[in-house]
Amino acid sequence: MRFMMLVIPKGYASAAPGTLPDPKLVERMSKYNQSLTNAGVLLALDGLHPPSAGARVRFAGGKPAVTDGPFAEAKEVLGGYWMIQVKSKAEAIEWAKRAPMPDGDVIEIRQVQEMADFTPEIQKAAGPTRLGAQ
Amino acid sequence: MTAPDAHSAIDAVWRIESARLIAGLARMVRDVGIAEDLAQDALVAALEQWPTSGIPENPGAWLMGTAKHRAIDLMRRDKMLDRKHAELGVHLQAEEMAVPNLEAALDDDIGDDLLRLIFTACHPVLAAEARVALTLRLLGGLTTEEIARAFLAPVPTIQQRIVRAKRTLREARVPFEVPREAERAGRLSSVLEVVYLIFNEGYTATAGDDWVRPALCEDALRLGRILAELAPQEPEVHGLVALMEIQASRLPARIGPSGEPILLLDQDRARWDRLLIRRGLAALERAEQLGSPLGRYALQAAIAACHARATSGEETDWTRITALYDALAQVEPSPVVELNRAVAYAMAFGPAAGLEIADALVKEPSLRSYHLLPAVRGDFLAKLGRREEARAEFERAAALTRNARERTLLLGRAAAVATGTANQDDPQ
Repeated sequence: MRFMMLVIPKGYASAAPGTLPDPKLVERMSKYNQSLTNAGVLLALDGLHPPSAGARVRFAGGKPAVTDGPFAEAKEVLGGYWMIQVKSKAEAIEWAKRAPMPDGDVIEIRQVQEMADFTPEIQKAAGPTRLGAQ
Repeated sequence: MTAPDAHSAIDAVWRIESARLIAGLARMVRDVGIAEDLAQDALVAALEQWPTSGIPENPGAWLMGTAKHRAIDLMRRDKMLDRKHAELGVHLQAEEMAVPNLEAALDDDIGDDLLRLIFTACHPVLAAEARVALTLRLLGGLTTEEIARAFLAPVPTIQQRIVRAKRTLREARVPFEVPREAERAGRLSSVLEVVYLIFNEGYTATAGDDWVRPALCEDALRLGRILAELAPQEPEVHGLVALMEIQASRLPARIGPSGEPILLLDQDRARWDRLLIRRGLAALERAEQLGSPLGRYALQAAIAACHARATSGEETDWTRITALYDALAQVEPSPVVELNRAVAYAMAFGPAAGLEIADALVKEPSLRSYHLLPAVRGDFLAKLGRREEARAEFERAAALTRNARERTLLLGRAAAVATGTANQDDPQ
């Protein structure tokens, strides 16, 4: 099963555009990333620019409305993610505990939905298989 | 922490740490059987203590420290020291003195130790099924119960298989080392064979009611990815990883809503896992950069990559696939490769070209009970309009397969060809 380890860095909601991570942190992260790779669990990872450089598209009243970042109401924002393939949620938690995060950061662990998690009805809605289309 | 929480956390630590633990211990005691027993003792201690004391900050070091203490206790308690044990005791104590900072030493050597452990678990002195069980147990961190469930075998059978495998390694005095250059290629292919056997048992289950068991595919992929980091200079390791990543990318498309198999050309390619395809193509590129001509796994990966890159069966570069199969037939001549080559030729040059290759296999003794030969011949015959012969071949194939889902599919094709509707097949 796959899990996203979603990083919520402390203070990232108000970080200036172009804020980049500290090289010392990057060095520690690289080592950690290598340990995930060595263990055969890492599928993908990315870091995200701060929300001040992003935008939100809100859907209210049936019409999309765009706001540029930063977003005053947001306290916790994403800073990046790892996608890992492990045997259990407990294993994902164990890997997250080993991440070299700065004080105050949060890692949220969420399981990735797979086709097999869906009911046949949802699978059907997800798209016709050729078999179904015959 | 509640007890069930603690137990699942300990399971998780075990999954992450056990291979490194066993590998490190095996280097000290020079016996994977004893190393595993010591690691198990440490696990039992963790199960006793952690639910109340909490999980230590560095659980790997805790387990290793505990296992080493057990080893020394064992030596001291044993009044009937034979020569081997005496040597073992000396070795352990020297190790303790020489390595004050265990954790640092582990970090440095652990890669080598893991590689030694993989080569030992996959040693050719063991039968393939013993290698598979031992590898899943020692490297994959699976329990005997999990292995038994995965292979639909009784727990005592797997237990005995592992006990015997460890005894065989001891009796054959298999050294705990990475093989030297002269035998390295042969030993590596034994390792890759084990990993791919595990993958295939998950990808096309040879027995049981389910067509696939994705957890086994994931176990094999994890082993392959670990191996790719341990032996990055070996092109075939990357070739195998590429092959498994690309094949696994099709898993979500290979099963219909009621569990029935969907063959390659009928799959909804939108369901193929793009992330795994990308990883597979990257691994294939690494294999290609490391050396030509491509080996058997890289060639198969290159064939799988042709499918992965194509948006449909018609768009597939079948001519390139026939060339890759020609190369594979040179590197790894086998009736099964020939059969796949027949399928590729049929797709590139028409069913008659495929049938010509397949017909040459009918007398092949090793394919006598292989259901895919009649399945493939049935398909060519159906396309050539020889419906009665096609029906007989599909029925023969249905009688030969041990997989219930596949049997249903083949009987369906037999019925369809008899009434003159539909035809499809599964080129690998």
